[in-house]
Amino acid sequence: MAIAHAGASDAPKAPEKKSKKFAYLLLAPGLLWLLIFFAFPLINLAETSTKTPAPTFETGEFVQTFRFMNFLEAFLDNQEQFYRSFFYALLATLLALAIAYPLAYAMAFRAGAWKNFLLILVIAPFFTSFLLRTLAWKQILGAEGPVVSALQTVGLMAPEGTITATAFSVIMGLTYNFLPFMTLPIYASLDRIDYRLLEASGDLYANGATTFRKVTLPLSMPGVVAGTLLTFIPASGDYINAQLLGNPDNYMIGNVINSRFFRVVDYPTAASLSFLLMASILVIVVIYIRRAGTDELV
Amino acid sequence: MTRWLSKNLIRIYAGLAIFYILLPIFYTITFSFNDADKRNIVWRGFTLDAWLNPCEPIGICEALGNSFKVGLTATFFATILGTMIAFALGRYNFKGRSTTNLLIFLPMATPEVVLGASLLSMFINMGVGSGLMTVIIAHIMFCISFVVVTVKARVASLDPKLEEAARDLYANEWETFRRVTLPLVAPGIAAAALLSFSLSFDDFIITNFNSGTVNTFPEYVWTASLRGVPPQANVIGTVMFVVALAAVFAGQVLGKRKQKK
Amino acid sequence: MSEPKKVQGDLVLSHVTKSFADFTAVDDLSLTIPQGSFFALLGPSGCGKTTTLRMIAGLEEPTSGKISIGDTDITFTKPYDRPVNTVFQSYALFPHLTIFENVAFGLRRRGIKDVDEAVEKVLGLVELSHLKNRKPGQLSGGQQQRIALARAVVNRPALLLLDEPLGALDLKLRRQMQIELKWIQTEVGITFVHVTHDQEEAMTMADTVAVMNNGKIEQLGSPVDLYENPKTVFVANFLGQSNFIDGVVESTDGSTVIANIHGTRITFPKSRNNASGSALKIGIRPEKFRLHDPGDNTHGNVLNGGKITDISFTGVSTQYLVEMPWKQELVVFEQNDGGAPDLEKGDPVTLSWEPQFTFALDGSSK
Repeated sequence: MAIAHAGASDAPKAPEKKSKKFAYLLLAPGLLWLLIFFAFPLINLAETSTKTPAPTFETGEFVQTFRFMNFLEAFLDNQEQFYRSFFYALLATLLALAIAYPLAYAMAFRAGAWKNFLLILVIAPFFTSFLLRTLAWKQILGAEGPVVSALQTVGLMAPEGTITATAFSVIMGLTYNFLPFMTLPIYASLDRIDYRLLEASGDLYANGATTFRKVTLPLSMPGVVAGTLLTFIPASGDYINAQLLGNPDNYMIGNVINSRFFRVVDYPTAASLSFLLMASILVIVVIYIRRAGTDELV
Repeated sequence: MTRWLSKNLIRIYAGLAIFYILLPIFYTITFSFNDADKRNIVWRGFTLDAWLNPCEPIGICEALGNSFKVGLTATFFATILGTMIAFALGRYNFKGRSTTNLLIFLPMATPEVVLGASLLSMFINMGVGSGLMTVIIAHIMFCISFVVVTVKARVASLDPKLEEAARDLYANEWETFRRVTLPLVAPGIAAAALLSFSLSFDDFIITNFNSGTVNTFPEYVWTASLRGVPPQANVIGTVMFVVALAAVFAGQVLGKRKQKK
Repeated sequence: MSEPKKVQGDLVLSHVTKSFADFTAVDDLSLTIPQGSFFALLGPSGCGKTTTLRMIAGLEEPTSGKISIGDTDITFTKPYDRPVNTVFQSYALFPHLTIFENVAFGLRRRGIKDVDEAVEKVLGLVELSHLKNRKPGQLSGGQQQRIALARAVVNRPALLLLDEPLGALDLKLRRQMQIELKWIQTEVGITFVHVTHDQEEAMTMADTVAVMNNGKIEQLGSPVDLYENPKTVFVANFLGQSNFIDGVVESTDGSTVIANIHGTRITFPKSRNNASGSALKIGIRPEKFRLHDPGDNTHGNVLNGGKITDISFTGVSTQYLVEMPWKQELVVFEQNDGGAPDLEKGDPVTLSWEPQFTFALDGSSK
């Protein structure tokens, strides 16, 4: 005879029949907002991307000619920045994962009473302006900063050498800026793991490494997938880090889009590039999610 | 010694990671007390000048005020709109569910440059002038998704039995919502509002596309970074940091005390 | 909230059916529960008992059929408009309200201003007045259970529904709460409808038990009735253990049935024959059997040629497995009252039992 039979309900979990009209009423304002100010602008962007300069050649005036060559040209002209964007974003994502996973693991399983305090420290960057933090890195890594002078004193660096204005500092900046987005989802999924599962694994003759590989890692995969996406997507479109911590040789596709819009006032090219960026990100995300075997997007 | 090291390796690693996370924040705070020249890059001595005259650099406090206006307005509307969607997703079955989910997910998966650029190109095409209004519109748009995700998680974790119990105890639909559902989901809504505000307050890329001649605080910092950021910007950053930290700690302590009582 | 109409009387379910997309949870159920009784719906997981309860509470609408209390039809009445309260399986105490406010919740919703006296009184009834300012999270399982009960009882409903209310408690606390619940029911005089899968719990507390299976009621009656004279194999096995031996009716002599099981002639009262044909399943409860050394004096029905194949000691009784000449193993419980024969594995034994403890079911039933 079962003694503890908690949760033994024989009521089927059929969702209650409630008025659908009310649901649509709840959805309508927010979804309308997203349609008008997210979906519609994207369509608008698509439309802009095939325009060509107006015959008058007035700055900022374009006419619709359905010139799909814009896409190809935009890509060919900016191939380098495209590849660089994804390469930097990939490296930053991997670095952030390498930093965040052990950190999240320590917070979830080794922090004891310090857990909440550490959590606050991890989200602390959210409380200061990210531009100020990026500028602080520029200062720390800059020619007059402590890192460079230390390295020069011990002779590890030539007197005229720099850290800023290099690919290294751009990737480091990207890693830094999106680190909390990597750490928090991983922490959340690790924290959910019942510690007894890890003990059970140990009981069943798995050593520490095997337990990690066979139990901990698979169970934390949803967090890893979410974290990598939350890092990779914004990193690949970012231009702040490249601009503040890099030099024009480190510019990413975001820099190009930004300058096409504001400096060159070449809306069609900017729009084409935006579309290509978004399309490539979506393709990468879909392939990644398929391979990682997680269907939960939101 | 090696045993100790292997046992605590992960703690040391975590400590270093935390140091990495906090280092630029310490820098920001420290340099708010710098007796700075134009660039505020090298330490030149301690002073309270910037703290005593926070609005001295032209435009900085105006930009800060704009950031607050945008942040509060966008948070208010995004929280309401997003919470409504979260309830619909968490409590009702309706057609078009996956389309709704997609429409919520896509703005989060779209790079900010694309969001900013597409909105701007629409505003340009429609002849809408950029300003505070367009910034607020944009911020509401990108905050909604984050509100939905945050609140939905809370709604989903709510035991439907509690609402049934309320109805069983003579509370009609509205009373059930007001007395049981809302108070229980409130922490999630508060978290979503805080998230919205910090996203909005800190946003640069989308704002920069849609603000026209108006400046927000991040935009002020960006422009100033070309010639040298005044220590007053660090003062504002420091105050924001301390206030937010204090709020979080207070929330934690209050939460604990409530539990103990 | 408007005060629900003073509704009272027997709870009547007539031809109630509840179908979900792919299955029928409750199938044409008709049932009358007399006012003031302690009624138990007993059955395994998925038998439809909780769905029945939810329909009575108004949390689920029947696909067809009618539910009424006295003369009032409540089939489609909103849960907050019917004089029915529920003690939920997981208690469903509001975590954000104090114990006092949890208990006062229903009274306040009905617009009652002065709730103090009623709440204090019911908290006194469950002996938890000292915890009224705590939050539910700070209470033990047993205390939460009592608060859930108090929160429902304080409203003086016509009907109190209990959904596996003791399921989450440990065995000892359950036994204690069973007695308390029964006492409270007598004290407040409200009709209790109790859903459980625990046969011992149902039999301890309820005046009337309905055994449910696959959305239908298999048998309804007093606990003694159900146990001593089950009408189906399901009921016989769900309430305790039973041995079933195939047999055939040979003849009926007045009020006595004479049957043949594997060549041995036995008798039992006609009133205990629930079979329609001559093929029988003869049921005997393990504790009704007596064990004898072969050749001892016996009375009643006797089966010879048994051999003990297993003995297990359970404290108050010893359980024996006895293999019969037709290779069937029968279960026998003997009280450890000192009089039990000193038996060992492999010993030959004779079984006997009193004819009136026999119950006969259809030979084809499963």
